[in-house]
Amino acid sequence: MTMSNMLLFPILIPLVFATILMVFPKNVRMQRIVAAAGTLFTLIASLFLLVKVNNDGVQAITLGSWPAPFGISMVSDLLSVLLVISSSLITLFVVLYSFPSIGIKREQSFYYPAVLFLMTGVNGAFTTGDIFNLFVFVEVLLMASYTLIVHGGEKPQLRESIKYLLVNIISSALFVAAVAFLYSVTGTLNMADLAVKIPQIESTGILTVIAVLFLVVFGFKAAIFPLYFWLPGSYHAPPMPILALFGALLTKVGVYAIMRTYTLFFVMNTGFTHELLGIVAILTILAGCVGALAYFDVKKIIIYNIIIAVGVILFGVSQLNEAGVQGSVFYLIHDMLIKAALFFLVGIIAVLFGTTDLRKMGGLIKTYPVLGWVYLIAAFGLAGIPPLSGFPGKLLIVQGGFEGPQFWGSLVILATSLIVLLSVVRIFIYAFWGNPVETMPVTKTVYRQMFVPTVILVSFTVVLGVGAEFFMPLISGAGEVLLNPALYIDAVLKE
Amino acid sequence: MEIIMSVAIGFLFMAAVYLMLSKSLIRIIIGTGLLSHGAHLLLLTMGGLGGQAPPVVADGVSVGDYADPLPQALILTAIVISFAVTSFFLVVAYRSYQELGTDNMEQLRGTDDYE
Repeated sequence: MTMSNMLLFPILIPLVFATILMVFPKNVRMQRIVAAAGTLFTLIASLFLLVKVNNDGVQAITLGSWPAPFGISMVSDLLSVLLVISSSLITLFVVLYSFPSIGIKREQSFYYPAVLFLMTGVNGAFTTGDIFNLFVFVEVLLMASYTLIVHGGEKPQLRESIKYLLVNIISSALFVAAVAFLYSVTGTLNMADLAVKIPQIESTGILTVIAVLFLVVFGFKAAIFPLYFWLPGSYHAPPMPILALFGALLTKVGVYAIMRTYTLFFVMNTGFTHELLGIVAILTILAGCVGALAYFDVKKIIIYNIIIAVGVILFGVSQLNEAGVQGSVFYLIHDMLIKAALFFLVGIIAVLFGTTDLRKMGGLIKTYPVLGWVYLIAAFGLAGIPPLSGFPGKLLIVQGGFEGPQFWGSLVILATSLIVLLSVVRIFIYAFWGNPVETMPVTKTVYRQMFVPTVILVSFTVVLGVGAEFFMPLISGAGEVLLNPALYIDAVLKE
Repeated sequence: MEIIMSVAIGFLFMAAVYLMLSKSLIRIIIGTGLLSHGAHLLLLTMGGLGGQAPPVVADGVSVGDYADPLPQALILTAIVISFAVTSFFLVVAYRSYQELGTDNMEQLRGTDDYE
């Protein structure tokens, strides 16, 4: 019993460290050390958890030792543990990248505690096995994200955080309403118990309505097609490390929640719900492509690429076959890492030029050749060029689409990969080629402190792509639990 | 009883949507307050309004008499969360009124520093 508490450590460690960090806000040196230590320990704990889940199968505990449907279950299967590792890794690098780039004033006003509370919420949302507890963890991470988006109080930040707050308050109220409807129909909130009860209910009409309501709720968080309108403006406002954290983690919680609910218990009317999800996913990709090509702003280009990736992942989920689901899991993990890396890279570029406008950039390859080639690798990784990590996931998703009912979706994904490539290579052409533009004076130490975490993060796209064979057992294990809810249900309701 | 509650909640949602679509920021925040009231009452109603006794174990009250305790716990959680978020939202609105000098959402469009 004591060993199974391990799945709580990725939630508890950042929570404890964040609380400690609130005691001495002005001591920047200690803030940095404790924040880095907290994220590092979380990463180590989640790696131990991966070994445990990989050896012994799905880990589940019910808090307070109440029998399963009555207490709050925490469940860690391969999908959630892989996401916890990715989020811990990214938060660690965001903390390291923040040292030179976020500024002393922000560091002295509870920046690191907010980052660690965000991590608590994200890891909790990935691990919980209770739908209302998911709501609470989502609120934890949203509350931390509210403080981070407005942190520093610049005019654009204040303006955009109002919109961000409003959209998320509305979607949270809808979440409560959706939980209320689900509770009145099924009488339970435990996800495994829901998966048992929902197939026993005769009238699937009301359940389909609730499934679509949940799609709306999580779609607001994940920025799917008609509900993505808040994201480009809101994400443009905060400084780069915060943007990297948001871009890599926040929308992925919504994507994970859709993956979980649409594979575990909303499977009573897949002909309608999953076809809807597939269509919405394709429209999301198209909407993201339009934005990624339309702007000359490096931040905006990568922000719209977040929306494209959300569509690609959800299309794989909507196919509900082995290839599609495995591809989604692979692409989700790849996308978290590569988005953080790309935001780090464009952050460095923006610091060097002192602007985010592409048309005011040029010729960086002469002065910063390594940065240029690292950016090119990251860009190819994002587009899915074979040896890199974007390829295996997208290949499986496309294969899943051809095996599934919506083969035309696969064609759209293949075609839009070219647009993704074009959008990021445009940054390369404008910023690194052409006539050199005078760059801002950046000291060697600051540059190195920003560049080293970035390079390590980019190297994961090579490792994950070249070593895909090595990671595939984990990915297919995660896909197996998603496609066989019985594995999940048995682990939770074993007593 | 559930019907009456549903109609009342529907009215709250309607008023909330109407207020949140207005230009003034403070009206929008009042709208979010009404929205969370509606959501909490919906949670209470959807849990079922049967059960006469409050969910506190007492002598002479049998199990069938108790109201469902679970929705009450959920509402209590949702209330404190929405309370925290609302207070934060109010402070952000106050700060942005100081900094930006307006509470008109039409003037808070984000188009000046990027295309």
